[in-house]
Parts: sequence; C-alpha cells; structure tokens
Amino acid sequence: MSIEIKNISKSFGNTRALDNVNISLGDKKIYGLLGRNGAGKTTLLNIITNRIFADSGEVLLDGIPTRENDKALQKIYMMGEKDYYPLTMKIKDIFYWTKNFYPDFDIEYAKKLADIFELNINKNVKSLSTGYNSIFKVIIALSVNTPYVLLDEPVLGLDANHRDVFYKLLIEKYSNSPGTFVISTHLIEEVSNVIEDVIIIKNGTIIKNESREDLLSQGYTISGKASSVDSYVVDKNVIGIETIGGLKSAYILGSINKETIPADLEVTKLDLQKLFVQLTNA
Amino acid sequence: MQINFDEERPIYIQISEGIEDAILSGAFPEESQIPSITEFSVTYRINPATALKGINILVDEGILYKKRGVGMFVAQGAAEKLISKRKEKFFGNYIINLVDEAKRLEISKDEIKNMIERGFEDEHRN
Repeated sequence: MSIEIKNISKSFGNTRALDNVNISLGDKKIYGLLGRNGAGKTTLLNIITNRIFADSGEVLLDGIPTRENDKALQKIYMMGEKDYYPLTMKIKDIFYWTKNFYPDFDIEYAKKLADIFELNINKNVKSLSTGYNSIFKVIIALSVNTPYVLLDEPVLGLDANHRDVFYKLLIEKYSNSPGTFVISTHLIEEVSNVIEDVIIIKNGTIIKNESREDLLSQGYTISGKASSVDSYVVDKNVIGIETIGGLKSAYILGSINKETIPADLEVTKLDLQKLFVQLTNA
Repeated sequence: MQINFDEERPIYIQISEGIEDAILSGAFPEESQIPSITEFSVTYRINPATALKGINILVDEGILYKKRGVGMFVAQGAAEKLISKRKEKFFGNYIINLVDEAKRLEISKDEIKNMIERGFEDEHRN
C-alpha cells in the first residue's frame, strides 16, 4: 500500500514549481512535508489528488495511475486551503455530503470533534472565521477514514489551544486506526515530534527524505571562541554560521566524533527547525 | 508521570528516562502496568513510533516486560537494576561536569566538599 510519485515535474509559466520529484508515501506513517512558502508543497499535493495535472511523470496508488481514476482518488483525502464546498451549505449537511464521496466517513465522530472544538455545525461555511474554517476541514480530515490523508497547512489560523487539541486528536486517531498522514507545513517546531519521516522540499526539488531521527542524528552545532570554531570546521560540511561578538556557532552536517572536539568547544543537538532553516536558506 | 522535554537529546531517550524516574520514585511499582504506547504518545504529543522506541530500550534491558494482549509491566527487580545502572553513570554524568565547572570557577576541592555537606543537610532544597 503506497502512493508512488514518479518523476513529477510541473511549471507555471516560466516558474519550475516541481522538478523531477520522486517520493513514496505509505507504511502507515505520519510524514512531514516541509518547505518554505512557495517551495512546491501545495502543488505536489494537488498533483497527487488530481486537482492539477503534472507536465510529466506519474502518480501511482498501489501500482495504478491515479490520473482520471476516481476509485483510486476515493482512497486519498486532501484538506487544503481552497474551499471545495458550497459556501452556503450548513456544516452538518456537508458531513452527510462528504459521506457520499467517502463511505467510511464517520459522522458521529465528526460531530464529537465539532463539540470538542466548539464548532457550531448549524453554521454555514461562509460564516466561519479563518481559524474555524481550518477547524472545520481538520474535523473532516480526521473523520474521513481514508487510507491516505493529506493535510495542507492544517493549523492555519488556529490559536495555540486549538493547535494543541489538533495534534492530540491526530495522534489519537493515528494510534487507534493507523493510516498514512502527510502534514504539509512551514511551522516545523510544533510538528517535529509528531512526524516519523521528513520530506524537505526546496524550490521544487526534494532535498531530504528520511526518518526524522536519522536526519537529526546527522547534524550538530558546535560553538565557542570564533578562532577555535574556525579551525575545527575546516574539513566539515558547514551548513550555516552564526556569530555574536567573538563567539561563533557552526551548524554542521555529519556524524560527531566526540574525541576530536577540542575542550573549549561546546556541542549541542541540532533541532529540526534549525536544521530546516539552514538547509532551506537561499 | 511528568517529563519536561529538553532540546538536547532525542525524545525516545527522554521517554525511557522518564519511565525510569517513575519506577525509581515508586510511581510505577514493580509488577504494575505502565501506560500504553497510545497514552504516552497522546499525552506528550509524540509519534507512537518514538514512544515505542523509548519503551523498547527498557524492554531490552529487562526493566519492562510485555504481557501479550495486556500491555507493558514493570519487571521484578527493575528498581534495583536501575539504581546500579545509574550509579555506574553517576561519575560520568555528574562528577566530571562538577569538577570541570569547579576548575573554571577556581573552586577548591575543600570548598566542593563543604558544598556537598551543605547539599545533604539542606532538606528544603526542593
């Protein structure tokens, strides 16, 4: 069971939005699709769900191309920024409407989540604030029970409390009925502990695709007196430098050999957010 | 059981240390059932695979054991095992750092000894 994205490229005018993307999504994992604004995250998700077409390459679901394939697309639910619902329809009616497309959609569970988020399901979509519009879509995504759920910026406009509730519900859902979830976001810190695999996209190209732990174990920060740092990093793969006064911190990719680190330098772990910033800086 | 995660170490290690602390404090007595993977991951908002990895470290060490279809339990003799494991690490984890910092601050051996005495006497520390 997997979604295979093969050699996908897409341009908008002169802009190359995706450049020969190859990834595989499956194994009932929670993936983080991370990239800066405009990196190509949403374009990739839109291509997977057939909302737009790639210029070249193909997307396979369990070996079968998804293009013009409604049966395959019923297995993938995407929550995105755009509203694909009739804006004047009441939320509770949209729940019933959604069930027509996705037979495993759990209306009772969706109502329960609406209670938790204090979303009035008698309102129509048009009347919702940005935050509640996200909440409404998150509720559907968590209740839809498709094998693949793609969440594009799920916490857009949510306050800290609601974001926390969302992560809790997501983990609960995933634990009780494991499926493949892809969370696309530029808010790295919050999602860091929730995801198992990290896919980093930069200017339409996948630059990292591995488990969060493997990725984090490849990087570290070394800091201390600028001159000592300079001589330590000579033969290292430095992805970023910060200087304050005579002190310097260098972000390094590569495994640490503790024996070779001079006593006057301090080593710390690189967190996902820092690593991401350094890897995706222009 | 409360874990204050730090940024320095992998989360799964902090989960296993949190469970160790709970066993040592008596919060998870021997032969008692510990929370499930789901409870750990939901409570701390972490991926279940991370929680599982942390718990498996303790299963491999014989601190926890699995009862099929029931859950994870604290093994007989777990606290004793943990105490000796941590004693072994005590020198590396605490004494080395203490001596290093004392040297930087030019604190003498005798001064440290006095401070240790004070530390043991002061019961209102926490």
